[in-house]
Amino acid sequence: MELVLTFLLLAFLGATALGVAKTRNLFSAVVLAGIFSFLSAGLFTVMDAVDVAFTEAAVGAGVSTVFYLATLALVGGKVRAPEIRITTVKEKQTARTPRFPLVVVVVTGAILIYGTLDMPPYGEPNNPIHRHVTPRYLEETDEEIGVPNVVTAVLASYRGYDTLGETTVVFTAAVGVMMLLSRLKKRDELGEEPWGEEPVESLDVGFGALEPSLESGDRLAEGEGRAEELAT
Amino acid sequence: MSDQIILRVATKIVVPPIVLFALYVQFHGDFGPGGGFQAGVILAAALILYGLVFGLRRTQKVAPSWLVRTCASLGVLIYALVGVEGIVLGGHFLNYSVFFPLHPEEGQHLGILLVELGVMVTVFGVMATVFYFFAARGREDL
Repeated sequence: MELVLTFLLLAFLGATALGVAKTRNLFSAVVLAGIFSFLSAGLFTVMDAVDVAFTEAAVGAGVSTVFYLATLALVGGKVRAPEIRITTVKEKQTARTPRFPLVVVVVTGAILIYGTLDMPPYGEPNNPIHRHVTPRYLEETDEEIGVPNVVTAVLASYRGYDTLGETTVVFTAAVGVMMLLSRLKKRDELGEEPWGEEPVESLDVGFGALEPSLESGDRLAEGEGRAEELAT
Repeated sequence: MSDQIILRVATKIVVPPIVLFALYVQFHGDFGPGGGFQAGVILAAALILYGLVFGLRRTQKVAPSWLVRTCASLGVLIYALVGVEGIVLGGHFLNYSVFFPLHPEEGQHLGILLVELGVMVTVFGVMATVFYFFAARGREDL
């Protein structure tokens, strides 16, 4: 039963991932990404990782979907063909042919799969990961911490240092968003470049490429030219 | 979306249980799945839902911009200060056992509770701040 469920969830996961990659409608891509997160949460639940599933459902399917939708409301919901090109001269010649990326992806995938052959078998109780500190956490938590949920004990006490770092990272992310968006807002209000003397063209290109009304190809080519100018 | 009566009524019914659930996840994290991170996200989700339906202005009456921004930094501060408290009481950084030297588990309980509170406050503040910034951009009155 559990095996059937796992395979079903994995199949849906693969189908959703393909759907996200295939669709040209960003709105459906966002909704599919939310479904993808829910399916992963289901998979985590099947694997008894309830805490992770909880986080995935709340963050992946809930809040980030809202953020994506908020972004779409600002930049518009459709893209043309993916026309993003890389600016260096050498890559410009090779990236045009669609076969080159395929070869890169296949070779990288093959190397990664070859790498997994050295991994210990999945879920084996004698794997190194289950023999290092895990037994100690499982056996001693009750006595040392007195908290029934071992995940919480590891997260907040044994590995409290890591969690402090994670909290700081979350805080830093907010500071980054605030700096970026408040600068853009200031530019909207004043109608001038807040970035100093030299305007940062690449950022303009990034946002412009998503706007449906713009001729994205021309805009990108223009940005490319300017980026090359800046580089020389 | 504030002209949609069904959305308005449903939101008003649903938001309080979401907040309550966030607090449950926070304080029950020692015993079941959950903890500060999930609780913060759920609390922020309640605020975001309210904001989506009733608009940014009315949401910011509940939780003003300065408040959520302060929350974002306050949580990290709470966490770090709990760690420093361990040093002050003669232990290591983030060692909660020294809070009650005779009952180390009680100290661990208190430490975990405070640290998770810090995580929740930061995550809530961060998520709400990001939402405010996204929602406020490009429109004067949401």
